[in-house]
Amino acid sequence: MGAYILRRLFMLIPVLIGMSLITFSIIHLIPGNPAQTILGEQATPQAIEQLEEQLGLNEPYLVQYGKYMAGLVQGDLGTSLRTNSPVTEEIWPFLAATIELTIFAMIFAIIVGVNAGIISAWKQNSIFDYSAMIIALIGVSMPIFWLGLMQQWIFAQELGWLPAFGRNNPRDPIETITHFYLLDTLLQGNMDQFWTALRHLILPGIALGTIPMAIIARMTRSSMLEVLRSDYIRTVEAKGIAQMSVVYRHGFKNAVIPVLTVVGLQTGTLLGGAILTETIFSWPGVGRYVFDAIGNRDYPVIQSGILVIAFMFVMINLIVDLLYSYVDPRIKY
Amino acid sequence: MKKAMVLSFSLSGALLLAACGGDGGNNEGENAPENNGGDNAAANDEENGGGEAEGGEAAEDQTLIFARGGDSVSLDYASVTDGESSRVTQQIYETLLFFEEDSFEVGPGLAEDWEVSDDGLTYTFMLKEGVTFHDGTEFNADAVKLNFERWADPDHEYHFADEGYAYSVYGTQFGGFQGDEGHVIDEINVVDDYTVEFQLNSQLGSFLQNMGMSYFAMTSPQAFEEHGSAINENPVGTGPFQFVSWSKDDSIVLEKYEDYWQEDMPKLDQVIFQVIPDNSARLTALRSGEIDIMDGLNPDDLQALEGEEGIQTFQRPANNIGYLGFNVEKEPFDDPELRRALNHAIDKETLIEVLYAGNAEAAKNLIPPDYLGYNDEIEAYEYDPEMAQQMLSDAGYEDLEVELWTMPVARPYMPDPERAAEVMQGNLADIGVTAEIVTMEWATYLEQTEAGEQELFMLGWSGVNGDPDYFFGNLIHGDAIPGGNRNFYSNPELDDLLNQAKTSIDEDERADLYMQAQEIIHEDAPMIPLVHSTPILAGSERVSGYVPHPQTSEPLTDVELTE
Repeated sequence: MGAYILRRLFMLIPVLIGMSLITFSIIHLIPGNPAQTILGEQATPQAIEQLEEQLGLNEPYLVQYGKYMAGLVQGDLGTSLRTNSPVTEEIWPFLAATIELTIFAMIFAIIVGVNAGIISAWKQNSIFDYSAMIIALIGVSMPIFWLGLMQQWIFAQELGWLPAFGRNNPRDPIETITHFYLLDTLLQGNMDQFWTALRHLILPGIALGTIPMAIIARMTRSSMLEVLRSDYIRTVEAKGIAQMSVVYRHGFKNAVIPVLTVVGLQTGTLLGGAILTETIFSWPGVGRYVFDAIGNRDYPVIQSGILVIAFMFVMINLIVDLLYSYVDPRIKY
Repeated sequence: MKKAMVLSFSLSGALLLAACGGDGGNNEGENAPENNGGDNAAANDEENGGGEAEGGEAAEDQTLIFARGGDSVSLDYASVTDGESSRVTQQIYETLLFFEEDSFEVGPGLAEDWEVSDDGLTYTFMLKEGVTFHDGTEFNADAVKLNFERWADPDHEYHFADEGYAYSVYGTQFGGFQGDEGHVIDEINVVDDYTVEFQLNSQLGSFLQNMGMSYFAMTSPQAFEEHGSAINENPVGTGPFQFVSWSKDDSIVLEKYEDYWQEDMPKLDQVIFQVIPDNSARLTALRSGEIDIMDGLNPDDLQALEGEEGIQTFQRPANNIGYLGFNVEKEPFDDPELRRALNHAIDKETLIEVLYAGNAEAAKNLIPPDYLGYNDEIEAYEYDPEMAQQMLSDAGYEDLEVELWTMPVARPYMPDPERAAEVMQGNLADIGVTAEIVTMEWATYLEQTEAGEQELFMLGWSGVNGDPDYFFGNLIHGDAIPGGNRNFYSNPELDDLLNQAKTSIDEDERADLYMQAQEIIHEDAPMIPLVHSTPILAGSERVSGYVPHPQTSEPLTDVELTE
């Protein structure tokens, strides 16, 4: 197992180098000039030229790439052209915001999705099954933008139950330690702020979790249907074990692998930042951070942001692979 | 088997937790005092529950949340040009001269009084005594000298050139940097502690206007020493509010500066600039009472807001021009007759009605109407498709096919460029001109139009100091090619007039010169001036004393929250 993990981690190196090469080529292939966007539409050409020189943008691409990679090897993700702050420092709060939201959204998606899928399979062709699968279908095809705006309108504007934007109440800022607000408030023992942060997670978490939830529900259902038809389930049933236990204990255990795969993929995708959700709910996450950087041609931020996202995606996949052998001991590495 | 149990247990456990969390959160939130300020409008049914005592408390809470679409880039105001940065730095920093509340008229600021020598080359400022920066440092003539010298001299220890800082606006407004030929500031002399003198190389008509620009505000000398190039995240000025914290892409928190030099000011205790990127979400937050003022209202939403209880709207005076430019170096747009014909083809009134919900004025000149030298005698090209078509066929044009470039992002002067392009495409079709709409990403758009790839293109310009030269010099002067002059229109006669106007310090003479310049521009028609827009902001009824300035933002010194 240890050797396997090492091998997988080792494979990260070519993946990340490849990513950085592709990203670097693409951002330099598309037209647009960082100095121009930094200085805005009202800038003079002299000023643009001068800034290009200062930022080292007029050096040959290979030199620029080499400098970037040299920094990267030393753990330096570069400096944002726009804000002049080191990306290593700048990116963490955004990343933490995204991770926190992703975890919340996935917890929601897994709990609702898995249970809906199991019950649908168990009570196949029942009213519950039909309605759950129709809801799942709607969920998969739901435009998040619309869903988010509707949620805000109903729960923030009309009912006033939940906040419409942000991670916390701006009037009562949270002292950040880790930038995971739930964790930070707990560490400080500030329960008022903890609940406030949690309330801020609900709407964006549900909006973000809706599509994964629907996908998980459908996957769980089909996987469960297959398992429930197998011989050993009939044997278990014949032994007179309670239905609930047959389905959850004996059935789901064997149906979980494909579900786990979907969960892994969805988590990886959400960690890449969900620009739409982050935009509607003013969530300062990594998706918006990188997206804005693309608009501004902030090369170091784009490159490092995408690298970090790719790194997390690979890590999530590794974790999922390791989980396979945990839930199914027959799988060995 | 056990492992599967663990998995499904932890899942259901989490479900339970989430369910409780949701509920508990609601109850807590309703009672938590921190939400009272925000939830007023949202929870009308809560008002009774809250009780009178708490209602009174909310009135005392002088925390204002100003919501906007994007974050500030940097709080080192002179090194950036975006409006969202100056919106914040105007609260923290102050300039030698202040603009009037709602115009570009300059009056005393950190300088109580000033004198201009007869030759227009020496400006002497008498500074206010007893002003302190937020870190306790005294504001004096040395501070003024240091601030200006750090922008002017790329080798200055606080210019931070190596860290990638650039003070482009300084270069634009003062003719370059130290050592450049056109740089107008020769030297700055400290006469005594509270008197500072600027010696110029040549006259500059907009010198006093520049002194009011938020880009040329005063930073504490002590702060440079302490923070170095990190000054962009540790702003220290003399303004009504001092910096507390900045959570990127989220919020910037400022609090009242207790030792502020204007007595009993500011009225607010705290100002929070909150980023809410989506226009609709921002409006929802305003309606639910979570924020107090919002910028960037969709023109379409304006009608719905009219008469809505608890909400008021503010109109920012016009300080921009949205135009449809011709690349006069490309055929057939090198023909002035064709350009004049197309000027008659565009229906500006419909544009204004459809896209701006009426919040714009049709433009006939390059500069906004309140500007010095605005030539009101010019007769606008009136909308007359038949005449336009006639002019075209007289000039021998038939079945013209053109590219109409439009930008991909909303600008202050153009809230919905794509729809505007469609309206104009229709206008052109009416006179038999086929226009193909071309759009591309913003950064690319700017680059390509500067390179002259376009034929017909939409763009605009916003004023910063209320001086006409900022429009003429950057948009139509031959020296601005390549650069702001994306029409590639170059006329030595016009350039000459503009040069004279730029260097004169006699207002009447300047006005006269600009009037002549506008006649030439009108006659040659290198562009179709479309509109001067007046952006709308919305706010809670509790906000009083808020007056939008024609600059993109304003100090909130006088603003107050009422019950």
